[in-house]
Amino acid sequence: MTSSVKPLIPDDDADRLAAAFGRRGFMGAGVAGGLMATPLFAAGAAHAQAGDAEITVDQARTAPIPIVLPSLGSGVAQQITDVISADLANCGLFRPISASMPQGTPDFGSYKSMGARAAMTGKVMDQGSSLRVEFRLWDVMTGKQIQGTAYTAAAQDWRRIAHVIADVIYGRLLGEQGYFNSRIAYIARSGPRARQITRLAIMDQDGADSRYLTNGQWLTLTPRFNPANSELAFMSYANYRPRVYLFNLNTGQQRLLGDFSGISFAPRFAPDGRSVVLSVTRGGGSDIYTVDLTTMARRQITSSGAIDTSPSYSPDGSQIVFNSDRGGSPQLYIMSAAGGDAKRISYGRGYYGSPVWSPRGDLIAFSRIANGSFSLGVMAPDGTGERILTQGFTVESPTFCPNGRVLAFCRQSSAGRNGAGFATGINTIDITGFHERALPAGSASDPTWSPLNK
Amino acid sequence: MKLKLLGAAGMALFLAACSDHANKNVNTGAATQQVGPTPGSEADLVATAGDRVLFALNQNTLSSDAKATLDKQAAWLAKYPQVHVQIAGNCDDRGTEEYNIALGERRANAAHDYLVAKGVDASRITTISYGKDRPTAVGDDEASWDQNRNAITAVQ
Repeated sequence: MTSSVKPLIPDDDADRLAAAFGRRGFMGAGVAGGLMATPLFAAGAAHAQAGDAEITVDQARTAPIPIVLPSLGSGVAQQITDVISADLANCGLFRPISASMPQGTPDFGSYKSMGARAAMTGKVMDQGSSLRVEFRLWDVMTGKQIQGTAYTAAAQDWRRIAHVIADVIYGRLLGEQGYFNSRIAYIARSGPRARQITRLAIMDQDGADSRYLTNGQWLTLTPRFNPANSELAFMSYANYRPRVYLFNLNTGQQRLLGDFSGISFAPRFAPDGRSVVLSVTRGGGSDIYTVDLTTMARRQITSSGAIDTSPSYSPDGSQIVFNSDRGGSPQLYIMSAAGGDAKRISYGRGYYGSPVWSPRGDLIAFSRIANGSFSLGVMAPDGTGERILTQGFTVESPTFCPNGRVLAFCRQSSAGRNGAGFATGINTIDITGFHERALPAGSASDPTWSPLNK
Repeated sequence: MKLKLLGAAGMALFLAACSDHANKNVNTGAATQQVGPTPGSEADLVATAGDRVLFALNQNTLSSDAKATLDKQAAWLAKYPQVHVQIAGNCDDRGTEEYNIALGERRANAAHDYLVAKGVDASRITTISYGKDRPTAVGDDEASWDQNRNAITAVQ
């Protein structure tokens, strides 16, 4: 977003956002508890008024926002502080500054001299099975409280509280929704390269709390979240019949999606969550279908005879970007969500693949392959403005974070003749191409970023 | 599928038992006395016809070498009409995961169609694609990639 966005949203708006972060499912934090947010009013300090952004994302990218993050205490309080600090530092837009927790109103003069623009204060109250975290965010320049909220949640949900606070800091200072309270599903890989064990897995966006969802018996690929954040569509070779399945994150149950004679693969949910678009092999090619999740009715929307695959909806659901070699080589095309004429949008050198539409609607991320190496890039939906963000032996399977500012993707290194040197992992990169970093997911591929946790 | 597999194995045992007749060692089991691959087995297919054909970069065109291999597979399959096979298409890792699943299937399908054209009953052949996820050669050089762009026929 641009600087026209108002960043300083009123407390009650922020609280509504926080309240929306309700219960996580069984595969989330593993608890049924909700997160309660209540406003805290500033003692002896004026509230900041909502107004235009003083700091934009673009400015923060050039010079990360210095923010004082004193420790909230010892034990779990320190852990919460560490998670908040890591979220803010790792996104590349903030520079956390350690300090001791002030008694009462912070000494803004000293914070100014440290170069800080904002400061957090707060405390953690251990209430046995639950935690109460009081959090205040301050504008160091004006000395005004920007936000004050007390969060109460089950004690084991401490990470979620930390991510929600980091999201509030991000949102209040940058004027757009944060993305730290989210997860990444992926494929965990182990074993020799010729026959890797693949498991469906899920973790918090920072790599914490990872867990396997399948046991590795079958080759498993390409998980994709539904918009409700409760289900994954993925591909499994169960019983040597490669097909798309659904994995319910609340119950752990799996079910087959549709009954196709060919290989069904490359699933993605429609933005309304009511259907899944996927491709199905037929002869020497593959066609794109949609499957209605209520009626299981399927609808074929391409029939080029060539390979049509990797469909991804525009966020308004009106269009689909996909990968096709109908013109002779794998390229990116856009068509109406109902099918029909497709317009090629990729014209750079080499082949294109794995397109995914940004949740903002303004960009399509993709892989491009030329001279035996991969690039990861973005372009506008009309094909203009192509920018390469990063390159490597293999960089593919891009997936946008919920606010569209960051991509996670799979990065692989090349192997020597005996297979040594091969490594596969999940990295993130800002859509400007800055701040690429590896997520601590171990040997992994096929990342897919969840919507914000409920 | 299981019954057919048993059928093939049963015949192999029978053939092996016959060949073992001379050394009066029938009861100890055929496998230990087998010389060369069991007729109609995967190993026999590999030894007699070759189990795989290779493809050029991003192609599913059958080369003359590939056609020669498939001709031998067709002849071998004619000899063992009870045998069912699955053809697995594979790709090098210079394509995206999803595109390569379709490309691998396209290659398997090319081999499938050729065998059917040579008279093999289509009901005896299934296809599958592993994309770039089951490389034959684990390296990342031209020689490895050449090996990994293939369609491999396996006895079911």
